[in-house]
Amino acid sequence: MEPLNALVSVSNFMLIPALAYGSQLALGALGITLIFSILRFAHFAHGDTMALGTVAVIGGTWFLQAQGISIAPLPTALLAIPFGILVLGLYLLAADRLVYRYYRRVKAKPMIFVMASLGVMFVTNGITRLFLGVGETRFEDGQRFIFTVREFREFTGLAEGLALRSAQAITIVTALVVMVVLFWFLNRTRAGKSMRAYSDNEDLALLSGINPERVVFITWVITAILLVLAGTLYGLDKGFRPFNYFQLLLPMFAAAILGGLGSPLGAIVGAYVVAFAEMGITFAWRRVFSYLAPDGFEPTTMMQLLPVDYKFAVTFAILVIVLLFRPTGIFKGKVL
Amino acid sequence: MSLTARDLGLFAIMFAVLALVATFQSPQLAVTILNMSLISAIMALGVNMQWGYAGLFNVGIMGFTAVGGLAVVLIAQPPVPEAWAAGGLGVLLGLMLGVATILAAVLVYKRMAPGKLRGLSIFAVLVLGYVITSRVFGPATQAVQAVNPASEGYLGGAGLPVILAWPVGAVFAAGVAWLVGKVSLGLRSDYLAIATLGISEIVIAVLKHERWLARGVNNVTGIERPVVRPVDLQPLPWVQSLAETMGWSVSQAASVVSGLGYSALFLIVLAILIWLAERALNSPWGRMMRAIRDNEVSARAMGKDVTRRHLMIFVLGSAVCGLAGAMMVSMDGQLTPGSYEPLRFTFLIWVMVIVGGSGNNWGSVLGAFVIWFLWVQVEPAGRWLMEMLTSGMSLESELRRHLLDSAAYMRLLTMGLALLLMLRFAPRGLIPER
Repeated sequence: MEPLNALVSVSNFMLIPALAYGSQLALGALGITLIFSILRFAHFAHGDTMALGTVAVIGGTWFLQAQGISIAPLPTALLAIPFGILVLGLYLLAADRLVYRYYRRVKAKPMIFVMASLGVMFVTNGITRLFLGVGETRFEDGQRFIFTVREFREFTGLAEGLALRSAQAITIVTALVVMVVLFWFLNRTRAGKSMRAYSDNEDLALLSGINPERVVFITWVITAILLVLAGTLYGLDKGFRPFNYFQLLLPMFAAAILGGLGSPLGAIVGAYVVAFAEMGITFAWRRVFSYLAPDGFEPTTMMQLLPVDYKFAVTFAILVIVLLFRPTGIFKGKVL
Repeated sequence: MSLTARDLGLFAIMFAVLALVATFQSPQLAVTILNMSLISAIMALGVNMQWGYAGLFNVGIMGFTAVGGLAVVLIAQPPVPEAWAAGGLGVLLGLMLGVATILAAVLVYKRMAPGKLRGLSIFAVLVLGYVITSRVFGPATQAVQAVNPASEGYLGGAGLPVILAWPVGAVFAAGVAWLVGKVSLGLRSDYLAIATLGISEIVIAVLKHERWLARGVNNVTGIERPVVRPVDLQPLPWVQSLAETMGWSVSQAASVVSGLGYSALFLIVLAILIWLAERALNSPWGRMMRAIRDNEVSARAMGKDVTRRHLMIFVLGSAVCGLAGAMMVSMDGQLTPGSYEPLRFTFLIWVMVIVGGSGNNWGSVLGAFVIWFLWVQVEPAGRWLMEMLTSGMSLESELRRHLLDSAAYMRLLTMGLALLLMLRFAPRGLIPER
């Protein structure tokens, strides 16, 4: 019985990675939920625009690295984030101007919007690949670890080690800051309040003099910020591969629906639930339980509920359970 | 059926273009484009039933085609007796135990009063079922996969004629669609989209991972073909004389003849499906479907069970996609789970339906031909364009090499633009609904 070692082991291999992954998902799911409540459609281009924003950040990082600018020990990519936000913001606003605005004007059905976002997804996908191809790009630099497994072992004298990667720590901290700022913005500022008013009741908001185009503008800007942050943090953590970004679409949607579409708090909670479920169910618990079990009863199997390839199945199962039992999500999204 | 002179003209232009490909590029290329267009046309028909007739948004086409493809392996491949002896019964028993667990959980949910006790009981049933199932299933699959892993390592199929796999593929896809539809229909329309996106990823994950089923990423190759292979055609005298008259090589002639064999089979299937689809669309049933699509509330007020009708059309459309998936695998003669990509198998089909004209079966067929042609031809065109653009640069230029390498991605861009432009400026498509 060595509960401390078990705790360290589970933190190292599951809790910290899941916390980082959940934070990345939360940023993405917040974007989905915002677009859903303001523009009222499921934004299918989310994963690919996230990839495009990350491409801009990677480009900026390479440029800065070539100039010899760095903010070591932090990764240079953080310095390039404003550039990424600028590029993606302009891209999303251009997409809105060229594609979505027309359908808003003719009051098209939500499905037509979704279809248009498919078109945007294709185009974005092509642009992303034109720049960086389909392979994996790693752009993490600076100090890789805040502390490594060995340092932790030497410091605590435990058998199990714990490592904290800089990317993970940065992710968790950034996500927290962004969430706080976003909630402050939505609840305290004039622009944020007008957004909420518009999402609650479009006609009433129009009557009280809120300019819908301005609300839409702010929504896309915030989405761009969230997407670039989410994409950069995910890329720092796991490397950049366009297809992985596309595949993030499913967990992000699952998180937003689980939390209740249209509810920002729900998106965050949903994201962490999805992340922990995904990691927990595909995690091999053998080591943890071999510390917890009494002598002679150590587990003989991997104690892994599902192989890692099925992490999407976990997300999907969550989605199905939500749709079956509580389609409005945990926090009663207003739409259904 | 309802084709105007303009529609026929569009089809004629398409075939003229294919004839040009046969003359100036190569006859084999024209036949491959034709065959894949026919298969895509069937997929597009399935999607058009869901979207065009009923307004259902399915983004899991890839999953349904892959399930159809799996049927080909399970039907046409010879069984592997050693694998069956090693763990066949265990696998079957394990699957049954898994299903029994879920049924037991559902039973508990339905029979017990809501409350904490019910939640706990369901949890207990699931955990117990999981432990028992994995005890049976795990070792059995291990044993199966250990049988001659280089070429087999799976249970094999039923060893039946491959044509039989086509309807079976449709039935498989229909089963999956029923499950998905049961869960997500009747809710917001976006939910079906997200649920289908999820199921298609899972189907591919299962195909890649469950090696006992269809060898996973090791691929099943050399599946029996419904048409004579080119190699067997080559020695035939009439093929040789055909090659001589057309001025082709013998191998070229043989592959063209073999390919046209598939075209004939596919055309028969497509013709039957179009006939059925047109009949259905113009029957009271089809009018009801369109009424539901155009105004759900009033259809409901007229006493139509909208959710059930939606489920029905969703299952039917997915079955058609599964049929097309089975046909594609039997044409390729192999099942390669790694090659299923959502962009290619889901979103491209959507472009076909939108460009062709949603709600019109002929439109979907034309859209499939046009888009598949573009999909094949844009890549060389993009490469040519890039070469023109970069011809001024030095040969060793890094930028030039990069641009040439990425020419392949031009087609994603083109498809997206085609979709957006059609949706904006001609939302009714090439052949509009009437």
